[in-house]
Amino acid sequence: MSGSTIRLKSVEFRRHREPSWRQLEALVAKVESGSMQALDADELSRLPQLYRATISSLSVARAISLDRDLLEYLETLCGRAYVCVYGPRRHVWDALKEFFGRRFPLAIRRARTHVAAAALLLGLGAATGFTLTMVEPERFYAFVDEGMAQGRGPHETTEKLREALYSEGTRRGSDLTAFATFLLSHNARIGMLCFALGVVAGVPVVYLLFSNGLVLGAFAALYQQRGLGVEFWGWILPHGVTELLAVVLCAAAGLMVGESVVFPGPSTRMANLVRRGREAGIMVLGAVAMFFVAAIIEGVFRQQVHDLAARYGLVAASAALWSLYVVLASRESAE
Amino acid sequence: MSAAATTHGGSRAIETPEGVVLSFQLAALGSRLSALVVDGLLIGVGMLVPAALILSARGRSGGGWLVALGTMLIFLLRHFYFVWFELNQQGRTPGKRLTGIRVIDARGGQLRAEAVFVRNVTRDVELLLPLFVLVAPSLVAAEKLGVARALSSLWLLAFGLLPLLNRDRMRVGDLLAGTLVVRNPRATLSADLGAAAAASRSEGPVQPAVRFTREQLDMYGIRELHVLADLLRRRDENVARDLATVAEQVRRKIAWDPAGQDVTPRQFLRALYPALRAHLEHKMVLGERQEHKKAGRLQRD
Repeated sequence: MSGSTIRLKSVEFRRHREPSWRQLEALVAKVESGSMQALDADELSRLPQLYRATISSLSVARAISLDRDLLEYLETLCGRAYVCVYGPRRHVWDALKEFFGRRFPLAIRRARTHVAAAALLLGLGAATGFTLTMVEPERFYAFVDEGMAQGRGPHETTEKLREALYSEGTRRGSDLTAFATFLLSHNARIGMLCFALGVVAGVPVVYLLFSNGLVLGAFAALYQQRGLGVEFWGWILPHGVTELLAVVLCAAAGLMVGESVVFPGPSTRMANLVRRGREAGIMVLGAVAMFFVAAIIEGVFRQQVHDLAARYGLVAASAALWSLYVVLASRESAE
Repeated sequence: MSAAATTHGGSRAIETPEGVVLSFQLAALGSRLSALVVDGLLIGVGMLVPAALILSARGRSGGGWLVALGTMLIFLLRHFYFVWFELNQQGRTPGKRLTGIRVIDARGGQLRAEAVFVRNVTRDVELLLPLFVLVAPSLVAAEKLGVARALSSLWLLAFGLLPLLNRDRMRVGDLLAGTLVVRNPRATLSADLGAAAAASRSEGPVQPAVRFTREQLDMYGIRELHVLADLLRRRDENVARDLATVAEQVRRKIAWDPAGQDVTPRQFLRALYPALRAHLEHKMVLGERQEHKKAGRLQRD
């Protein structure tokens, strides 16, 4: 039936299309050995076109060709090109703008029940710690361990405690920056841990929130009993508003994940987990940025400004600013 | 010859936004572990810089700034090394690049920043904490309850083993982020065996006219075609012997008559391949895929 030269359709097809595949291969190799920035503007615009042409070649080849070599080649080439075309490639600045301008506030708004729950738990812990310590001052030691107390406690004189609120002992400027960055990394890690532990159905998150609330309440009671209540809150809240909000967000993220593990709802557990996991991830990422802001306020502002009125002014300002940010930025976009 | 698509690992089909299904091979756990070790080493080396900064600040009066810088660098390095590379290098950290694997979105969409972030945030919980729990439990748990500590240790150890327990080899981080770690193979394209030009170049100036009837070509299927292609591409020293063996088997099976021509095994098989491929492709387009050869032999008439 065949002569000495057989013309196969698949051979013709390959001969016709092979040059464009080679071009795509060259581009992909360039990206893989460097990054997307290795391509110039012209190459960058050709990449998606070549990718689509090659993907269609793959479809055709699957239908008409039995050249396994060719099919494997096209399959792997398309796979490599696919990750280049659909890999993250936005400019960092645009990505940041979109993230903080839209996706982060939107995620908070969507998770508002969890945020409220986390805030409630924290508040409960604080209230519990406060009342119990007011009744029985020695309970302070039960709630706050050595490391966090840093020498403060019911055994200290009132004068010592007041001093602690205003001068932080003998710390100087540069030491404070060190302290601030230590706090930042410590708190950010706790925040991320909170989120990660949410996978365990949220139970450790609840525990962490409550126990941190206890610490806060115990400290508040300690200072309240010495008549330093107002000063105490003026010391904590300037950065505390931002920091506590960040903690609440991380915990809310953990609760979201925990809930999706226990109550998947209409979708499968896996699909729900993925969806919630990403939303939660957005919140934690933003919360880390907030920890950063809180650390700056704490490290720099608090040591320079001792006037109570100024401190409370910042409290009001930061509370207002964060509320406005979340409400306004998330409302602009269509939900 | 192109890279054989091995099935150790299992493949996952991803539907691209164009509606085409691509299959990726899941990365072997060994590759992932090696990549992690390499990345860990790189991070460790990177940590030397901030460590040096912090140590040099000891005793210095203005040293706080150095300590601050050092702490910040440690924090960034530890938490954002993976995120940075996986975002900027199409899902590959240096370690992953070395072992030839990468991260992709499990559903075929774009690999988003928060997915990369989420999948790496949980690594602390999965990896470092179990290690600490085994080595120094008191460092991990500030909790006072021994029971809580024991329970959380159990959970954390379970996380470490999760990739072994699910088909997609997902870590907890992969589960939350909806990502997969796949192999990144390269395939090279050899010359087209179906093209006649390739034959005439190597077989010498006189090309015998080798013909096959439709009945003869019907005896073989797609699997045999692929085996034939592999055989024809081989360049080792045993190939001549194998070509002769296979040629003889084929001759007998399809009762092929050389019609007085002097045809070498290679010429014979080299002519069989395009004929068989054309025949099978034609059938495939009409909807019939014959995977295997037919049993028995044709009778010479």
